[in-house]
Order: sequence, then structure tokens, then C-alpha cells
Amino acid sequence: MELFGYADEIWLPFVFATLMGVSILLYVILDGYDLGVGILTLFAEDDAQKDMMVASIGPFWDANETWLVLAIGLLLVAFPAAHGLILSTLYLPVFFLLVGLILRGVSFEFRVKARAKYKSFWNGMFFAGSLLATLSQGFMLGLYVMGLQFNTGTFVFAVLCALALTVGYAFIGATWLILKGEASLQVNAVRWAKNCIWGLVVGIGAISVATPLVSTRIFDRWFVWPDMLWLSPMPILSLALLALLWRSLAHLPQENDRWAWAPFVSALGLFTLAFLGLAYSFYPYVVPEKLTIWEAASAPESLIIILIGACVVVPTILAYTALAYWVFRGKAKALRYD
Amino acid sequence: MMDTLILSRIQFAANISFHILFPTITIALGWFLLFFKLRFQWTGDLKWMEAYRFWVKIFALSFAMGVVSGITMSFQFGTNWPGFMETVGNIAGPLLAYEVMTAFFLEAVFIGIMLFGFSRVPGWLHTTATFLVAFGTTVSTFWIIVLNSWMHTPQGFEMIDGVAFATSWWDIIFNPSMPYRLAHMLLASGLTVSFLIAGISALRWLLGDRKKSVRSSMRAGLIFGAILIPIQIFAGDMHGLNTLEHQPQKVAAMEGNWETGPNTPLVLFALPNEETRSNDYEIAIPDLASIILTHSADGVVPGLNDFVAEDGTVLHPPVGKVFWSFRVMVATGMAMLLLSWGSVALMARKNAEGRRLQIDRLPKLLLIALVPMALSGWVATLAGWYTTEIGRQPWLVQGVMTTEMAVADVPAPLVLSTLLGYLAIYAALLLAYIGVVVYLAVKARHDDPLDSLTPSSGEAVVDVISRDKRGAAIPAE
Repeated sequence: MELFGYADEIWLPFVFATLMGVSILLYVILDGYDLGVGILTLFAEDDAQKDMMVASIGPFWDANETWLVLAIGLLLVAFPAAHGLILSTLYLPVFFLLVGLILRGVSFEFRVKARAKYKSFWNGMFFAGSLLATLSQGFMLGLYVMGLQFNTGTFVFAVLCALALTVGYAFIGATWLILKGEASLQVNAVRWAKNCIWGLVVGIGAISVATPLVSTRIFDRWFVWPDMLWLSPMPILSLALLALLWRSLAHLPQENDRWAWAPFVSALGLFTLAFLGLAYSFYPYVVPEKLTIWEAASAPESLIIILIGACVVVPTILAYTALAYWVFRGKAKALRYD
Repeated sequence: MMDTLILSRIQFAANISFHILFPTITIALGWFLLFFKLRFQWTGDLKWMEAYRFWVKIFALSFAMGVVSGITMSFQFGTNWPGFMETVGNIAGPLLAYEVMTAFFLEAVFIGIMLFGFSRVPGWLHTTATFLVAFGTTVSTFWIIVLNSWMHTPQGFEMIDGVAFATSWWDIIFNPSMPYRLAHMLLASGLTVSFLIAGISALRWLLGDRKKSVRSSMRAGLIFGAILIPIQIFAGDMHGLNTLEHQPQKVAAMEGNWETGPNTPLVLFALPNEETRSNDYEIAIPDLASIILTHSADGVVPGLNDFVAEDGTVLHPPVGKVFWSFRVMVATGMAMLLLSWGSVALMARKNAEGRRLQIDRLPKLLLIALVPMALSGWVATLAGWYTTEIGRQPWLVQGVMTTEMAVADVPAPLVLSTLLGYLAIYAALLLAYIGVVVYLAVKARHDDPLDSLTPSSGEAVVDVISRDKRGAAIPAE
């Protein structure tokens, strides 16, 4: 089967790379805000505020995390050679990521179901798990950008990315709380967002500077006339979104909750632009400078079977995800089973 | 010092053993919750809502444990077993992808509405969400069992340059052991939850909790248990016969039978010795293994010695582990049969009020015995999985690739450190989980029954009750 004159072996890996990219982006944004809220629980005024912060993500976190399973699943099924190479290189960070996700996932339940005297312990686990998962993700991102090479320089850069992503997730978490929170929680969230915006700037900035320096191929891709012209909207839009964020945060919260959506939507935009930039840098490599998507791809017969299913199922998933966000629209309320 | 292969195997076994505990509960508990909810809608009796409210908490906790341990599994394919996907990724990949796409998202999205949406959505949508979560867990089981069964009885593919390529998806999905394994697993989940509900309800009853919801859920647990266990024994037997056909070396290990031949005895007790290739301290019933496996006393039963290559390479699984896992599973099943049928027989007598099937007919000793049976499903499920999975060794995919071929080249100390990390976390979480389930059961004693609530006891509850009544007016969906 051909598509627009391209053979199966050409267009299918491309489609799957796109699908995987979209899953990773959705994961980073969605689990990003709920991991961020988890990190921010450390700064909650009191236990009631902590409960409300957890309540704002309670109905969503599980579905958010499923995008990670899909992303890693797509890497596994569509690019098996890359999957093994990347994950066995990142053996320890992956372990810490999983420990973090395990601790925070079960803390959602234990913190309200265990004896009252253990609640502060599970609150601590919830924070620690969120932090550990985020740090590991940032560390892995940093190493990936450095071409999965281990040395002092790449290690320092990865640590920088880990810190920046943590502050970045806390930032998007804060914008989510501006949207879903009320009264003192919302006021606090505005303050947190202002305090965290630098993480986003440093993180995106560091990666934007480092990527072209690590690889001349990436450098040539960005800094060649006239491509520079076509690419210029990306940094310009990012700066515009930052300016919008800055302005809206300065004036929030407002009466009737006007503009409460603006920081979250701008954060979405910034994360998306940063992701597109990364994708443009690394394409067509799935393992930086080592393995292209075509070299790593599975058999077309297997990919087509998945694609047919995905065409039917993914729109359905998006539809019922939208339903869930609609059901739990508006300000967060206490989580109750009745 | 142990090598990377054995450490990676122990790590995978630890992860999957921990993981399977929770899906085993959520698969059937989802359907039990739907049953409670529908009973409530049909009868309007608040005891069913009370049962729903209690068990949905345990469902939510088990679900979270299953989700986080499941994510770990999906990463371990890459971190420890890259050879698996590199060799059979063209087959395993689409099956796993379909699981994520058709089951994981369904469960993950609707569990939010099921748990927290009760007062936000109409009754029919809440019931639908409960159904979709139960359905999602079952679909997930289907895909995982398809892949697992294919690893035991692979077909519908061809090997080109050492990589498997699919030739028939129908043959891959409906591979010979899939229907038996699927039925066996779903029934195992049903039994696990039946005895969990019966055991926890027995605990609550013994602690003096006399609510109608405790009676009704205990009765439901015991009756479902009594119905499912004979079906499970039958399904297990069919599964065993299917294994005899496709993986005779596994059955030989289960039976502890070394030499192929007729009139094979059923070994009740033995310590299989792989050095001498014989059983120590054997106690056996003549001819019975032949009768069970071939339905004739002089039927030929395969022996382990057929699965040793001429150069001495052993191509059968470790005998002692498979032999004993199988016996633990069967013994647990027998205990389930005895206790559930015994309980139902005792409950069949009329009680003081002239009503039948009441749990106050059960002697205290039996109730005490039922409490540890809350975990019997876990024991039987783990023992059963050990039987079939250790029984697959040394193969990872029967006849296609060995486990050794798939393992990643990670330094042994690194695997050891993560293994110890996982073990510590899993042990702590398992204790916390059991502690919380018992705590919830103990605490529930002090809750007021739902039907005792008067309009003055809180607007939220009254609102819920009136909502429920509205929901009940809608015909069964």
C-alpha cells in the first residue's frame, strides 16, 4: 500500500513517530500539571488546602498517566530497537521515575483511607513521589538532548534540566490551580506561578542553546537562511506567550474569575512550542544521531494493524476524555464517593 | 554472586507477582460493584448501596495499586528484556497497543466518573461508567491473556532472519491455549473476589457489625464462590489437558513424572530431585495420573526424561517449583470448594425467623476460618501463574526464543540494587494495603446504616438518596 506515492516502510514510521510525539506532548502537559500540583502541596497553607489541591486532580490523574503508557507503548511497538536502547541506557533514572509514580499513585488512596495518624506520612509520600518522578523525567530529557552520553558535562546538564522541569511542572500545576481553585488557594496559586515562571524560561532557554551546540546537524537545521525565517515564529510566539503570562499573572485573580484560564492556556502553548522545537531538532532520529525512525521501525504489517485500530479508538478516547473534563468542569470540589 | 539473567528474572517475577494481585481483584470486583448497583436500582434497598459504598473504596485502592505496578511492567520490557520486543515485537506490539487503546483509557477515564461523579452525573451515566470500568478491566485481561497464551502456544507467524512476522492475526489471537487460559484467569478473579468479600464480611460480622449490607454481601460472596469453584475445577482440568497436548514437559513437571509410560501414578507428595532425576520421599496413588490425564489406567503420560537433549541440555522447567506451585493451587482450590459448599449447605437450613440462606446459621468457627480465606484467591492465583510461567522455562516463547536470549546486558549489581528497591517498596505497600483493607472493615462497624438516615442527618445524603430514587426509576440499563 502506498500513500501519496510513499511506500509503507516510509510513511508508517513517520505516522507513528507523530503519534508517539503527540502522546508524549499530551503526557507532559497533562501529567505535568498534576505532578506540579503534587509538588506544590508542600507549600499548601493547611491540610484543607492540600485536600483541595489533590481534589483538583483526583478525577484526572489516572487518565493523564495513561498517555505515558501509550507513549512508551508506541515506542515499544513501533520502534522496538530504539525502545531497548533508550530504556536500558536510562536504567536507573527509569527506576526512580517508576518509584516516584508508584509512591504518588498509591498516596492518592492511602492518604484518605489509612488511619488519620498516617495522613501526614502519605501526604509526604505524595509530594516526594511527585518530585522524584518529575526530577527523573527532567534528568532523562537532559540526557536525551545530550545524545544519551554519560560524562560530567552531560550529567550537570541533565541535573539542570531536572531542576528546570520540576519548576516548570510546578508552574503549569500552579496555572491549573488558578483555573480550578478559589479564594486563598487561587491567590496562592498566582504567587506560585509567578515564582516558578523562571524555571520554564531557564529550562527552555538552556535546551534551546544546548541542542544546536551538541550536534552540528541540529545547528545547521536551525541557523541556515532562509529556514531561519520560517522558524522565526516559534521563538517570537514563545516570547509573546511569556509576555501574556506575565501580564495576566500581574492582574489575577480578577472579579468574576475573568482571565483565570489565561495562564493555563499560555502554559499549554509554551510547552507545545518547546516540544515542537525539540521534535524539529531531532527528527528523523529516535535515538539521537544513532537510529532514525526508519531504522528502528517494526514491520509495516504490524504497524498497519495498530494504525487501523488507532483511527477508530483514538477519537473515541478523546471524546470520552472530553466528557470527563466536562463532568468535572468548574472549580474543584471535595472528592466524595457519594 | 547471581548473574544478570537470574536477577532480572527475579525482578520481573517480583513485579508481575505484585501486579497480578490487584487486577485479580479489580477485574471481578468491578462486576460485583455493578451487581450491587443494579440490585439497588431494582430493589431500592439501601443495603445494596451501602455494600457498593464499602467495596468501591477497596476497588479504588486496588485499582491505584494495579495502575502503578502495571506501568512498571511496561517499562521493564525495555529496561531488562529488550530481546523480547526485538524478536517478537511484530506480534506482541499490536496486542499490547490494543490493550492500551481499548482498555486502559476506558478504565482510566471512567474510573474518575465512577468514583467521584455520583453527585455530578445522572444515575444512568454513573451505572454506565461502572459498567465501562468493569468492561475495561475485562478487555485488558483479554489482550494480556492473548499475548501470554501466544507465548505458550505460538502460531500464525513466520521467522525471517530471527525476527517473527505475523501471517495470520486470527491464528495469533485465537491460539490454542487462549480460551482455556482466559476462562481460568477470569474464574480465578471471580473466586478471589468472592472469597475476599466473604472473608472481609465474616470479619465485620465477627466484630459485631450486624448491618444488612454485611449479611447480603457475605451471602453474595459465598454463593458466587460456591457456584464458581466447580466451574473453575472443570476449566482448570480442560486447561491442563490442553497443556498436555502443547507443552507436555510442563505437565510432566506438574506431575513429577520422570519416565514416559502407561499406568503413571498420581504423586501426592515428593521432593523432586534433578540431580538423581527421581523423586525423593514419594507418596503416590497408582494409575491415577494416567486416569486423570488420559481417562484410561494404561494411558501414556509424558515424562521429563524425554526433554533432555543428547548433549545433556535440559529443555524442561525446574521440576520442584512447578510441582509444588501446582499442589498449592490445587489445595487452595479444594479449601475453597469445602468452605463455600459447607457454608451454603449450612445456610440452606431455616434460621430462627424461618428464613433460609442467612449467615447467622454459620457456626463461629466457620466464620473464623473464612477470614484468612479472604486471601485464598491471591495464593491460588499466584501458585497457578507460577505453575504455568515457570513451567514455560527455559522458553520465553515456546520453541521460538529462550528467556536467556531476551535479557538486557545490564550489570548484575545494578539489577540487584533495583531489585532490592522494588522488593522493599512492594513489601511496604502490600502491608499498607492489607492494613488499610482491614482498617476500613473495622471502621465500617461505626458507620450508621444508610436506611437509618432521616432527613435531618445531612443534606448531602438526603440529596443522594433522592437522586438514587430518581436513578431507580430508570429501567435497568
